[in-house]
Amino acid sequence: MHDVSAHAAQHHTPPQGFIRKHVFSLDHKVIGKQYYALALVAVFVGMVLSWIMRLHLGWTNLAIPGLHLLSKTGAPGDLMTPEYYLQLMTMHGTIMVFFVLTTAPFAAFGNFFLPIQVGAEDMPFPRFNMMSFWVTFVAFLVLISSFFVGDGPTLGGWTQYAPLNAVGAVGGPGEGLGVVLWAASIAIFCVGQLLGSLNFITTTLDLRVKGMSLMRLPLTAWAWFITSCMGLTAFAVLMPACILVILDHVAGTSFFVPSNLVINDQLQPHSGGSTLLWQHLFWFFGHPEVYIAIVPGMGIVSHVLITNMRRPLLSHRVMIGCMAAIAILSYMVYGHHMFVSGMNPFSSLAFSFPTLIITIPATIIVLLWIGSLYGSRLRINTASLFALGFISMFVAGGVSGFFLAQPSIDIMLHATYFVVGHFHMVMAVAAIFGIFAATYFWFPKMTGRMMNETLGKVHFWLSFVGTYCIFMPFHYLGIAANVRRYQAFVDEYLQPLIPVHRFITVAAIVTGVAQFIFLYNLIHSRFWGKPAPDNPWEATSLEWSTPTPPPFDNFGGKQPVVYHDPYQYGVQSSTGDYVMQASPEQVATEHEEK
Amino acid sequence: MAKFFAVTIIVIAIASAIPILRHTWPEPPDISVHGHLIDEQMSETMAEAGISFLAAQFILAIFIWKFSNRPKDAKISKFPGGARGLVIAAFLLVGTEVLALGIFGTRAWASVYFTPPSADAMPVQVQAGQFAFYFRYPGPDGKFGPLHASLINESNANFFGLDQTNDQDSKDDIVTAEMAIPVNREIHLLMHAKDVGHSFYVPELRVQQDFVPGLDLSIHFTATKIGRYEIVCTQLCGLGHYNMKAYLSVLSQVDFDDWLKKQAALQ
Repeated sequence: MHDVSAHAAQHHTPPQGFIRKHVFSLDHKVIGKQYYALALVAVFVGMVLSWIMRLHLGWTNLAIPGLHLLSKTGAPGDLMTPEYYLQLMTMHGTIMVFFVLTTAPFAAFGNFFLPIQVGAEDMPFPRFNMMSFWVTFVAFLVLISSFFVGDGPTLGGWTQYAPLNAVGAVGGPGEGLGVVLWAASIAIFCVGQLLGSLNFITTTLDLRVKGMSLMRLPLTAWAWFITSCMGLTAFAVLMPACILVILDHVAGTSFFVPSNLVINDQLQPHSGGSTLLWQHLFWFFGHPEVYIAIVPGMGIVSHVLITNMRRPLLSHRVMIGCMAAIAILSYMVYGHHMFVSGMNPFSSLAFSFPTLIITIPATIIVLLWIGSLYGSRLRINTASLFALGFISMFVAGGVSGFFLAQPSIDIMLHATYFVVGHFHMVMAVAAIFGIFAATYFWFPKMTGRMMNETLGKVHFWLSFVGTYCIFMPFHYLGIAANVRRYQAFVDEYLQPLIPVHRFITVAAIVTGVAQFIFLYNLIHSRFWGKPAPDNPWEATSLEWSTPTPPPFDNFGGKQPVVYHDPYQYGVQSSTGDYVMQASPEQVATEHEEK
Repeated sequence: MAKFFAVTIIVIAIASAIPILRHTWPEPPDISVHGHLIDEQMSETMAEAGISFLAAQFILAIFIWKFSNRPKDAKISKFPGGARGLVIAAFLLVGTEVLALGIFGTRAWASVYFTPPSADAMPVQVQAGQFAFYFRYPGPDGKFGPLHASLINESNANFFGLDQTNDQDSKDDIVTAEMAIPVNREIHLLMHAKDVGHSFYVPELRVQQDFVPGLDLSIHFTATKIGRYEIVCTQLCGLGHYNMKAYLSVLSQVDFDDWLKKQAALQ
């Protein structure tokens, strides 16, 4: 199953000079760090936007000091206008989904660790890899630039429903140039992800070292592989959809605008388009995207937990099978976003059942984690705390999926805060907990220094409790029919719910402040942290067989040979209770090795 | 630390369940004929989701409590039944659960979408546009006149684009900014959007349906309680989205007839 000859493909010489080493680097590890840095900038931008939104939702007439500096027209006298709220909301969603949840767990950690975990010196197409990061960076700049041009960013939400996304400036502030920049940014982003996915797939299939059969790949490598397969198909649909939106704006086409629309008493010069077409194209990408965000987290949580439980999962194969099943099913469920969209009501049932069925592999994954905890020797550290927090959060957000998978209940809950609570818990915060677990776990390998555990634990406690305080009440609001995407709650039946919004705002600010502890820990440890040993967690996979931090060619010119399954813990070996994949030592194991 | 974590998980799980059990922020009361089907489905799902949530959090907490920070020589034991047992349990328990939810939930969905409106259902047309709803009643002739997009003009209050000079059927059409309907009478709501996507949501009626520009849709429902309710837009439609609303008055038949007469006089 391995192909040693393919190694010639990814050889490149040690980089020379600052630009080649740190800017336009071909080294997958540097590219991984660049993705991480981009995601870090993006997540803090996205978080500050959410603070501004939450303050406004709690106290609509509150002047937020300094807000006028962001936009004179959007926040005259520091008071936010209704349209500016929607513009910030759109940017929050877009930045978080694309530039954080897709970028960090998949592109950042995947880039750094996938080649090392398969035993390769680099990705097979280093230039594509470098291009994928810089293209993503440009996409981010294009998106951010919409804050500063014309009448600001688009206000149509991260889903950019048609025909609002295609009618042009007449639709409202940001609906002209703002939408074009949004669509351009996402189309460029898709190019980056497609290049990245190609590299990930080829790395996994072609660059495994001797002894590294597919079944010996760690679960993180499997998760990135499955995610890249999803990315290849999902982004390939979103990119043309975005290009069609741009054409509707600049080339006079009408892909998403039907005839006879009247805006501001003006008959629009479009005809023949379909508004539902956009929803189909968007959600055909959008639902797999949810799993693109969360499947790497599943791999990371498994990897981190196994190391800290000192035992493999109850079944490696079942875990892989469930992640793959989720990926395949993800293309059959996207219509559950469209139950009340006007789509044929029979289609709703056709989309509802696969959505309900997808809970089976998701449940098996959770049961495998929890069942594997039984009888383990669980080590509690910041990484394992975040991994366990991920499970708690994934369950909490997952069960609300039972409701939203059913078209009849969706009549009540669609477009309410219930949906917002659901997806924030199950794909956003859970994925971010995965990113944190990965950061605390791999930081020593990535930088050569340990992170501060005390600060890490403070960060965990505030994040864990804070997250529940923010997102659990969203579900209650949704049940009480609190509609989402409102900049103020003027309806009479929503008045009693405003105190809940204020509680959420306070929780969001406290939880957000806690993230600065993480940022401090990250930066401080990077320069002044305790030097890290090569294998601080007594782990088994190949990334721990390399020096810390790994040299440019990962294994110092030697090619590792793999002798063991990825997670040989709970054994008796010369090193302790584990045997590394690259160690030729034979040990007695519970299962026969693959 | 591990034990404290386990307790925290349990406290959070219980605290999360309390507002649901106490109905602290209840769903709006149901005033429709079909709504009880949705509500029953919701309660059943809540029970199953609630039990799954609490059970998973409790077991997670108990295992963290029991199996963390054990001595280095503590024996690693296997979960009884192993992965096979868990997979079978997931298929049997969750599989049956979700299938049952899916199948029973179909009843509620079918009651709204798979049954046509009855022949004597009262037609009302709603036009959605940035950022208001307008309603149209067919008048004594029982017929709606055609819509002409080019005639839509808010400044002269021609919200639907009616040609009341030339179109016979339009002459007696009654256009209002508020929706009124008689209690216990089925309504056939014809939905039209003039500009971008909107939605028609009346939580008490257990009705939510998007407007799709370029596609005329319809829904039907029967209100069972007299009162005044809010119709809100749930599809992001622009800067005034949050303020796009109208009132729905459910009246007795006599009061409704009076109301319609008054509206006709105002045309």
